[in-house]
Amino acid sequence: MSVATSYEFLDKVIRATPDGKQIRKCLQCGACSGVCPYGFAMDYPPRSLIAALRADDWHGVLESDTIWLCVSCFACASVCPSRIPLTRGLLATLKTEMLVGGSIPAELQAALGNSRRYGNALGESPKKRADWAKDFTVPVPVMATHKEPVEVLWFVGDYGSYHPRVQQVTRALAKVLYVLDVDFGILGPEENSDGDTQAFTGEWGLFELLARKNITAMNKYTFREILTADPHAYNALKHEYPRLGFVRPVKHHTQYLVEHFDRIRPLLQNRGPQRVTYHDPCYLGRANDNNIYDEPRQLLRAIPGLEFVEMSHNRALSICCGGGGGGMWLDGFSWEKAHTRTTEWRIKEALAVGADVLAVACPYETPRFEDAVKSTGNEGKLAVKDVVELLAESMFG
Amino acid sequence: MDIVVLMKFVPDLVEDLEIDGSTGLLERSFLRLIPNELDEHALEEALLLKDRCGGVVSVLTLDFGDVDEALFTALAKGADRAIKLTGEGFDQGPSNQRIAGAFSRALGDLRFDLILTGTQAVDDLDGFVGGLVADRLELPYVGYVTKVTPADGELIVHKEYPGGLNAEIEVTRPAVLGIQAAEKPPRYVVTSKVMEAMKTRKIEEIALGEVATELEVPVAAMALPESGSHAQMIEGDAQQVAEKIVTLLRERGIVA
Repeated sequence: MSVATSYEFLDKVIRATPDGKQIRKCLQCGACSGVCPYGFAMDYPPRSLIAALRADDWHGVLESDTIWLCVSCFACASVCPSRIPLTRGLLATLKTEMLVGGSIPAELQAALGNSRRYGNALGESPKKRADWAKDFTVPVPVMATHKEPVEVLWFVGDYGSYHPRVQQVTRALAKVLYVLDVDFGILGPEENSDGDTQAFTGEWGLFELLARKNITAMNKYTFREILTADPHAYNALKHEYPRLGFVRPVKHHTQYLVEHFDRIRPLLQNRGPQRVTYHDPCYLGRANDNNIYDEPRQLLRAIPGLEFVEMSHNRALSICCGGGGGGMWLDGFSWEKAHTRTTEWRIKEALAVGADVLAVACPYETPRFEDAVKSTGNEGKLAVKDVVELLAESMFG
Repeated sequence: MDIVVLMKFVPDLVEDLEIDGSTGLLERSFLRLIPNELDEHALEEALLLKDRCGGVVSVLTLDFGDVDEALFTALAKGADRAIKLTGEGFDQGPSNQRIAGAFSRALGDLRFDLILTGTQAVDDLDGFVGGLVADRLELPYVGYVTKVTPADGELIVHKEYPGGLNAEIEVTRPAVLGIQAAEKPPRYVVTSKVMEAMKTRKIEEIALGEVATELEVPVAAMALPESGSHAQMIEGDAQQVAEKIVTLLRERGIVA
């Protein structure tokens, strides 16, 4: 299973990755390493990694543990002139080799172990996955008890289900869906982690285990499309689940809400002036050319009283929040290696353009950026809110 | 060095525990069972020893319920044999006396130089499995062990005492050791290796039937912990707080 030489490894990347053979076309231009948010702290940022593999320095590559700084943000892959699938192919495959060899930071091990045992990275009880909807003002049908087909199957995701801060985003979306009279249901305890981030830690076996559980659950029910507020779930459902034979239309909540724009707009009220900037999540934008850049901006600009400003890094140049590729579960490790956090750079950018609110659209981002507001000593100066929270505030006050 | 790891399964405290009103015992129908955390450390220590000295690592457990996945995981991590003991009532939360009885009976037919198990578990109501097994097999036992080093037919074991005190103890082989922590955190094994083990490896079964114990500690009733009265916060500056504490201690007869 594990490979013994650089050449075997390159061969594995080529065989296991769509367009993997592009790796033969690396020009050693270094654009990847330059754009990598953690490249400065890695022993082998992507360009050097390919050079080392070509020189057959497999031992050196395996000796280094800084591959775990890779946050699978697709920055490298998106600038590569040879279109090498660096993130999903080269880097995630190296992580697999590290996992197979037993080289894994303890914090990441806990998240992967939790995912395998409980179906969520947080290690929470699977039975409590829908507890966020208990005693909530808006009815949230759970498919197992709903017994009827729905228009929209809402894939809530781990953090949306369990994380206290992200539950607020989930509830805001539930309220908006209810007001729009959307016929929706959730899987509740039958839902497992989408597995996307676990896959990008190199744990593809775990991804498949989780994905197959979700596919079995989803195939029990009748629905027209899938909705999710989680770009990682969106990416997995759109690009990875079809490889396992599950092909269903999936929309990110910002896409879905733009489709209902005509009905949302009359509900939006001016609740006072606010200057808002927007952080593009990697998995809505760069990853797999998902290119969902305009929809969140369109929603934000529609809010009366809202002044929209761009940060210097926007759209495809967005700086990762550091949560992808396992970064969500490697905070201690990354700090130890890099002594900086990408979230903190982002908070400074948002403040530099005079924003009162940093709008986000990924469940990793609300808690991560809120922490960074505090750790940079800017508590009270910048709020972090999901796009749907801002819409709900404008609608309901 | 051939090592047997004794693995016990305990209720997962991630789920809310319930007491069955009719029996006064733990409601078992919805219970999730997981390997005792310290038994996983015992397995890790066994695998580290195997890396250093060779030998066969066998994992022994009772058919507590849903144990197969954990056994395949142990095989994927590097264990050589996984053995499941079947018997009456093993899935009904057997006492440690009964568990030790079952382990001891099976160990009579196994070759080993060392037996490792977790030093304790969350559901120990009647002693610790390691000590009980050692007593039945008339073997030496050391608990709270954090390191095992083989030396000249013996073992040097590190034992932790409260208060930061450590001891190095020479133990003759074979022996039973209760592991407090392995030298490294238990290893992670990728899911694909566990799946492969499920396809290619076998779990051995030994049928024990009924395991009688002379010493069964009856459990009269169990109860969920109740929160007591809340702590009283004493407000004020240092002088005022000190005076209030002295008054309280006098009132309660703790100081004259």
